[in-house]
Amino acid sequence: MTDSKGGKAWVFGDDVNTDYIISSKRKRDTLDVNILAAFLMEDIRPGFGNLVRSGDFLVGGKNFGCGSAMEIATEVIKGAGIRAVLAKSFSRTFFRNGVNGGLLMLTLDTDPIAEGDVLSLEQAEGRMVVRNLTKDEVHGLQGGASALGAIVTDGGLIAHLKKNKGFALNQPD
Amino acid sequence: MKPRTVAEKILARRIGRPVRPGEVVVADVDFAMATDGSAPMAIEFFRRLGGPVKHPDRMVLIIDHYVPCPNDKVAGLLKGIENFAAQEGITLFRGGEGICHRLMPEKGFVRPGGIVVGADSHSTAYGALNALGTGIGSSDFAGALYTGQVWLKVPETIRVELSGKLRPGVFAKDLVLSIVGQIGADGATYCALEYGGDGVAGLGMEERFTICNMGVETGAKMAVMPCDTVTEAWVDANPSLTTDALKGRVEADAGASYREVVAFDLGDVVPTVAAPHRVDNVHPVKDWEEKAVDAALIGTCTNGSVEDLRIAARVLADRPVAPGVRLLIVPPSREILTRAMAEGLVGLLVERGAMLLPPGCGPCCGAQNGVPAAGEVVVSTANRNFQGRMGNVAAEIFLASPATVAASAATGRITDPRRVLDD
Repeated sequence: MTDSKGGKAWVFGDDVNTDYIISSKRKRDTLDVNILAAFLMEDIRPGFGNLVRSGDFLVGGKNFGCGSAMEIATEVIKGAGIRAVLAKSFSRTFFRNGVNGGLLMLTLDTDPIAEGDVLSLEQAEGRMVVRNLTKDEVHGLQGGASALGAIVTDGGLIAHLKKNKGFALNQPD
Repeated sequence: MKPRTVAEKILARRIGRPVRPGEVVVADVDFAMATDGSAPMAIEFFRRLGGPVKHPDRMVLIIDHYVPCPNDKVAGLLKGIENFAAQEGITLFRGGEGICHRLMPEKGFVRPGGIVVGADSHSTAYGALNALGTGIGSSDFAGALYTGQVWLKVPETIRVELSGKLRPGVFAKDLVLSIVGQIGADGATYCALEYGGDGVAGLGMEERFTICNMGVETGAKMAVMPCDTVTEAWVDANPSLTTDALKGRVEADAGASYREVVAFDLGDVVPTVAAPHRVDNVHPVKDWEEKAVDAALIGTCTNGSVEDLRIAARVLADRPVAPGVRLLIVPPSREILTRAMAEGLVGLLVERGAMLLPPGCGPCCGAQNGVPAAGEVVVSTANRNFQGRMGNVAAEIFLASPATVAASAATGRITDPRRVLDD
């Protein structure tokens, strides 16, 4: 299974905090992610919200999403149509919110990915990998199965709780 | 039984079976809290679930980010929270009562050994009371409304051994900035920071709140102090708690397994700043003493106790705020503001040139009030100095203790407080 045409990689550094993802002054007035998406990463890359296209990838270094726990950060990334966030590591509250909101977050060594590379997601030997179409390389993912898979599979925490009338998490073998 | 850390014991007791780091458990919470920063989205998500609130008496809503309300759009969001709380019978603290991380312990929602989750990242503060306090998101709070539960990954634990005593002019903020500097902004990601050692006994409860509040700045899930005579005295003095609250106290087993042990001699800590734009970019204050400041902020959920305001008043007792410097005071709760007024601290600080803001998050997170101009330098007792944090990406924020901030406000330059406290 391969995404048909891939999406562009937008590369950011280490420790991208949630205030950088969406500025406090924007999130104060509305929770409408269709409006807020235009201001994605505004403080560290002005105008970015108008460059990014649905299906593109955000690529970070370590500790992506640190700082405030506000879920609007993961919601705005979803609202901008980001296919997945790739990083060496994620901050825990960003990771929680991403899992709960059904945002695809992939942990891998992002150093080989350059700004503008075209990436797609595909399955190889039953596991998802990131294919770099520009460099003709495959970037393997770190981490394995987790009890949180049920939340992701159900489409996020709210859908999971609604479907199961509560939590239904089981430890993977 | 295998020796366990504080985090493992709290979670194992709650779910009724042994736990191991890395596994995901679903746990009942004592209390779940959301603010006006996170509740509107949570309420919207909860409505999609279509179910009743399972335990309204375990939910807390606090209006603290937008106090007083800055505009009509936010007013609508705040009204939505008030209506939801009234309909569902949930305890609500309206604007002006205080900042969530102050109110949760002050109003008796945090007990030793308990689990309290807050839809705000600095919920790690509750660990000062020997509890598991951790930040969650809006979906999590909606789930807590529906089930009374959250999912939690059992953390690995980093033991932080404290020894010695802080020297005069050196404060809890200097210690925790030093700890964040050493561990790094992501050094404790997903981990519990478990404090121990004979240095803890010399730290008062207010100092412990400052230290645990900033635990999240290392990426930690929680930061937890032992329950000792200091904790007992604080619980005893809190009219919202009885001594029953101490029954759940937890201590680590000897021989518990830690990912790593880091040690700090409190006597080695010096006045410290976090320089722009990272909390782990820490330096001795003396390395930045020539830096001119335009604005100063004392208070917030991190460093606004009566003790902190006393230190600020002591520094400014004999000297006014420097010409051209704006000093903002943000007490973290109505109770603290009332006590500080009764002691004459507020009057003194205002007379020396400070501006008083209502209890709330306002300037700290750029929500409103006190936004610096481009090129300006702010020295603040808050917990984050990210670029744009106070509402202007072109301003610089230095984090420091109330003594350092007050001394800097008095001189107009970043100043080691020992220079003014000694004279």
